[in-house]
Amino acid sequence: MQEQFAIAGRELRSRLILGTGGFDNHEILAEALRSAGAELCTVALRRLDPAARGSILEVLAAAGVEVLPNTAGCFTARDAIITAQLAREAFETDWIKLEVIGDDRTLLPDAVELVAAAEALVDDGFVVLPYTTDDPVLARRLEDVGCVAVMPLGSPIGSGMGTLNPYNISIIIERAGVPVILDAGVGTASDAALAIELGCDAVLCASAISRAHDPVAMASAIRLAIEAGVLARGAGRIPRRRYARASTPEQGVPVLDGSDFAPRRGR
Amino acid sequence: MLVTVNGERRELPDGATVAHAVELLCDAPDGRGVAVAVGGEVVPRAAWSRTPLNDGVNVEVVAAVQGG
Repeated sequence: MQEQFAIAGRELRSRLILGTGGFDNHEILAEALRSAGAELCTVALRRLDPAARGSILEVLAAAGVEVLPNTAGCFTARDAIITAQLAREAFETDWIKLEVIGDDRTLLPDAVELVAAAEALVDDGFVVLPYTTDDPVLARRLEDVGCVAVMPLGSPIGSGMGTLNPYNISIIIERAGVPVILDAGVGTASDAALAIELGCDAVLCASAISRAHDPVAMASAIRLAIEAGVLARGAGRIPRRRYARASTPEQGVPVLDGSDFAPRRGR
Repeated sequence: MLVTVNGERRELPDGATVAHAVELLCDAPDGRGVAVAVGGEVVPRAAWSRTPLNDGVNVEVVAAVQGG
């Protein structure tokens, strides 16, 4: 696994994409950005609040990170398409993290609306990164309609349950011709390390960092976990085995039970 | 005329444009980081000052917030 990777031809050194949702204030967000070392950050669009203090765009610009707008809160392809068009206007970027939610309790994606929106947005010239379920067939469909990456969930947004189905995630990775970014579900550093060890190209974290007791420390922890994951994946883990395999030589074990003849050991 | 801007009924003079609706909420004339939809259609920033509003239309003015 190389240190760098690319999405739609854009080279990225950081495999941690930071979701900016949930930070108590812009100061903590700015500090967490520095700790995370992220180059790409999601932002959302909402009705302009005349009373809002400071712009998140200024925080991100000061930190030198690029904006990845999302379509959070959209429940239909139509809403997501218009939101993406608004984001293109507001942020002058064709990149869009496409979210089309199908259920407000689990926040799971609506597969049918998602594919329809992805196809329309690709046709409209967008660089589409869809938030999707961990279904390998759906991931392939999204790639087929021209998405530049797929972003399967490990578990529901903000749930912190990590990757519930590593098998599915590994199948998505095996089949994908585009980068795979684990989106949603990371609860702590080890979840991020596992995602990278499975072969994900990057991890998107929001709540795991922003809602941690110490967001700045968690941003560092997850950055280091991703670094560890990259190293571990490159190093090659040992296969899982059903039974033990001694690491100490089995020959030359002294007989210490007082008998004259060494009994056969082992079975 | 009466239009709805971000969910609130607002009185604007006849002939008012999208730019006038935006100015109700913020005084950043370049509109960087802001986008507008009128009746569910996006109006590009460059067209704000020459796009008139019709009576009763719904205007949504959005900006970046933390999210995702």
